[in-house]
Order: sequence, then C-alpha cells, then structure tokens
Amino acid sequence: MTRTLISHAQLRRGRGRVIYWTLLTVVVVGFTLVFLGPLYWMVTGALKSGQEIAQTPPTLFPQDPQPQNYVDAWTQLDLAKLLFNTFYYAAGAVLFQLVFDTAAAYALSKLRPAFGNVILGAMLATLMIPAMVLIVPQYQTVIDLPVLDISLIDSPFAIWLPMVANAFNIFLLKRFFDSIPEEIMAAAFVDGATPLRTLWSIILPMSRPILGVVSIFAVTAVWKDFLWPLLVMPHPETRTISVGIYAFAAGTPQNVVVAASVIAALPTVVIFLIFQRNIMSGLTAGSLKG
Amino acid sequence: MAVMTAPAPVKAEAGVSPKSRRKIRDNLTGHAFLIGAILCFALFMWYPMIRGLVMSFQHTRRGVTTWVGWDNYVRIVNDPSFWVAWKNTFYFTALALIVGFAVPFFVAILLNEFRHAKGYLRVLVYLPVMLPPASALFLFKYYAYDPSEAGLFNAILTSLHLPTSEWMQSTTMTMPAMVIASTWMNMGGAVLIYLASLQNIPGDLYEAAELDGAGIWKRIWHVTIPQTRLILALLAMMQIVATMQLFIEPLILANGAGTQDSATSVAYLIYQHGFFQNDLNGAAALGVIMLVVLAAFSAVYLRLSTKD
Repeated sequence: MTRTLISHAQLRRGRGRVIYWTLLTVVVVGFTLVFLGPLYWMVTGALKSGQEIAQTPPTLFPQDPQPQNYVDAWTQLDLAKLLFNTFYYAAGAVLFQLVFDTAAAYALSKLRPAFGNVILGAMLATLMIPAMVLIVPQYQTVIDLPVLDISLIDSPFAIWLPMVANAFNIFLLKRFFDSIPEEIMAAAFVDGATPLRTLWSIILPMSRPILGVVSIFAVTAVWKDFLWPLLVMPHPETRTISVGIYAFAAGTPQNVVVAASVIAALPTVVIFLIFQRNIMSGLTAGSLKG
Repeated sequence: MAVMTAPAPVKAEAGVSPKSRRKIRDNLTGHAFLIGAILCFALFMWYPMIRGLVMSFQHTRRGVTTWVGWDNYVRIVNDPSFWVAWKNTFYFTALALIVGFAVPFFVAILLNEFRHAKGYLRVLVYLPVMLPPASALFLFKYYAYDPSEAGLFNAILTSLHLPTSEWMQSTTMTMPAMVIASTWMNMGGAVLIYLASLQNIPGDLYEAAELDGAGIWKRIWHVTIPQTRLILALLAMMQIVATMQLFIEPLILANGAGTQDSATSVAYLIYQHGFFQNDLNGAAALGVIMLVVLAAFSAVYLRLSTKD
C-alpha cells in the first residue's frame, strides 16, 4: 500500500491512533445510519399499520407487524409480471449492447474502415446532448419508425434498440480494444482467421472485464430508467417495475406502495451484495481512469 | 533475373493491386461490423436531433404541418412557468453542485485514509445506486419528508429540539429536500470514481508536502485537488448536465410542480408540453433552448477550466 494523505506511521502512534479509531468508528456508525438506516426504515415501515406509521414519536420496531402489506403489494400491483418485464428488458439490453456495441468498437479499433473516425465523432457528439432534449423527437420516431412505418410502442425493441446507441460504451470498449497489441491481430490474420473469428476467439476472451462493466451498465440503466419506459411502455402489461409502482401509487395505501418499493429494490440489491467484489473492482477499473 | 521480374505481370493483370483489394475487403467487413450500431444511432440519435430542431419551427394541427418560424419559441418564453422552471432548475443545479459535488469528494478522501472497514463503507455508499429511483423516492416522500412529526426527518429534528419543516409542502424546503434525496441516491458512483483516482496519486507527493510542513488541509489543497483535477472537472460537468435534467425527483416527490410551482423544472415542463398539453412543437422548442443553454454553459466552463 502506498501512502496517502496521512502517513501510516502517524496513524499507528499515540494520538494519531486514538483519532484514527475514533474517526473510523464515527464514520462506520454514521454511514450505517445514513445509508442502511433508510432501508431499514423502509423494510420495517412497510410492516407497520396505517395508524402506527402516523404515530409520534415513530416506533423503531413494528409493534404489530403486518406482512399483509407485502402480500397486498405483490398481488395488487402484479409485481411478478412487472419484475419479469424489467428483467426481460434488461437481459435483452445487455445482449443487444454486447453484440452491436462490441462489433462497432472492434471495427473502429481494429479494422479501421474508411470514415471510421467521422462515425466515431458523430457517435461521441451525442454524449453532449442531454437525454431530455431528444425525448420528444425520439418518442415521435418510436411511434412511427421512418421508412418501415411501424410503431414500437409496447414492444421491447423500443428499449433494446435505443440502448445500442450508447456512445459511452462504444468508447469504453474501443479504448479497451485499442490496448490489445496489434501483433496479436496480425498473427491471427496470417493464420487465415477472418475478422469475426478473431473477434470471437481472441479479442472477446481477453476483454471479459470490460464486457462485465458494460453489462452492469446496461442492467442498471434499464433498472433505473424511468421516463423512457413510462412513455414507450404505456400498457399495464408491458410496464417496468419503476413505472408500475409510480402508476399504482396514486390509489394505493402508502404502506403498500413502500412494500412494493422494497420488493422492487430487492433483486438488484441482492445481486449487488453477492457480486459486490467483482462489480466494485470492475466499475473502478473500467471507469474514467487515466 | 527472371525471378525478380516475375511478380510484375500479376499486378498488372488484376487491374487493382492485391493490396488495395484487401483494403476494400477490410473496409466492407469493417462497415458490416458497424452497421447495427450505425442504424441505431441514426434512428434514435442523429435523426431525432434533426427532427427536434425542425419540429421546433413547425406547427402541426390535425395532421397538417406548417412552418411557423419562431412562434413556438415566442410562446414558450412568454409562458410564466418557463422562467419559474429555469429559476428552479438553476437553483437545484447550484445546490447539487455545492452538496452533491463536494460531499462525494470528501467522502472519497476520508475512505481512502482508512485501512479498515473500507470494503464495507464502499458497499454502503454504493447501495442506494442499486435501488430503482422510484423505490428510493417513495421512501423519501412517504417516510422521510412526511410533514407531520411522525416523519423520519421531523422526528430527528424534534429530538434535537430543532424546528420541524413541512418539506415538500413548503415552498422553501422543496429544492433542498430534493437535493438531499438526489445526493443520497446518486453519490455512490462519484465516490467510486474519486476513490480510483485518489489511489493513483503518488505517495511521495504527500511525503514531500509533509516535509515542507504542509498540514492536512494544505496537502488536500496542493496535492489531492491538483492531482485529481481532470476527474473533478469532468464529473462537475457531468453533474451539471445531469442535474439540469431534473425530472423524476419533482415528479415523484412533489407530484410534478410542487406547492406553488416550487418544484417545476425545465425537464418537467418539456414533459408537460410534450405529453399532456399535446404541444409537441413547444416541447421541441424547449428542448432546443435547453441544449443551447447547456452548450453555452459547457463552453464557458471549458474556457475557465482550461485557462489556468
């Protein structure tokens, strides 16, 4: 470990040691309260009755737990369907992004076709455009696709295809492919491998970490997106979990809405806790370094 | 001699040299690999960009589209909520820069100093990022910002003998409350990125600063901040662009506009015009205005951040 702001020696001796442990304790307790506390409040709050939730001062434990809230949330909001939809859209988004974005990044990095830099530039330029600016014309495009004249409303393609147009991921992938030595490519071509074969057997196996990062980004993007699925998946049958909860919130008791929020949050939180080591190292390694 | 001249006829025969033929073939395969991404960009990015601009100068009524020049812009700018929305959006962005930008940086500096519980703290900070935003916001709306004394925040304030607030129902606390919720939800990503760049700072820089008698704050000011300047500048820019698009927080926390328009944002106004008032052209014009404002902002920002 290299040294940081404060030297190790200083932290290990006398006063520094006391300050270090005090500060660490304060931070661990404080962070637990700030980041885990609200989640605890959410999980237990959803177990409380309507009266108990309005009680002052608030109770720390539910006095008369009402698991019925969770059952109501599950059945009334058809959470199974909403969760399935969200997973389905997320899985498709990962697949579409991995196929089209890696192919594009590979072409731009290794095959370098004519006008490649112009195309990359036009893609990167879209990073400067805030999503909100394009929301209306994008919606117009989806309800009536040019040339094909079909509507993608309520179709998963309305989520999958726009996800491919992600300049950030193409840039991340291209930078990673750029770091793979040219000699490896040349050797493969001399052996008579086609570009597709080279991508599949040489480049992709070397790129697992970055493919992991792109997949995480794709899943979280679908999981967290709100306005786009609200617009293009209007039918209750095709909604995502976030939109579903929002749509039901108006006429549903607060505790049931919060119970639904807890269930909605569970899958990603559990996946994150299981894979947190890989996700964290992947994200920090793949994020804007250098 | 014969051996040396032999390859020449082959080249002449083909018309195109094998080298350039390979080049054409490589180009074709290259573009074949690009085609999926290009089509998606064309359909969902490049075409909507042009279409949005064109739409902002048009008017469509009963399927008939006419060119109306600056009419949409005039109408949008003369709408009183336009200025309220900009005022709110700027206020949110400014608050989010002060809170949402400084807090993750200092959290990252703090975490980087610890030798223990580092993994646990990192997971904690990133945990809210994994929640669907609707989940996190309903938690804040119903439990934290409950205007009665039963609300989590009010209960804490009461126990500290501080005055309580009506949060989302008060006009002054709406924005700060939205910034708190938004920072809590989103700071994990920034903390991870800062941590990664803090780990790249060479330790001897701190060593040297310490030998020169620099205290902790001076070391942060003269070593940590200059060494992470690029990432700081980049994330500040991303933060500005992200917060300018404030949408889901007002929609869920404040039911859209909030009490007396205290939560109306520019993005929310785009949504209103585009999808409720059936004024797609007005929404497109608002989008173009937002883009121009952000571009101007970025230009000034880039100028300032590259100057010194």
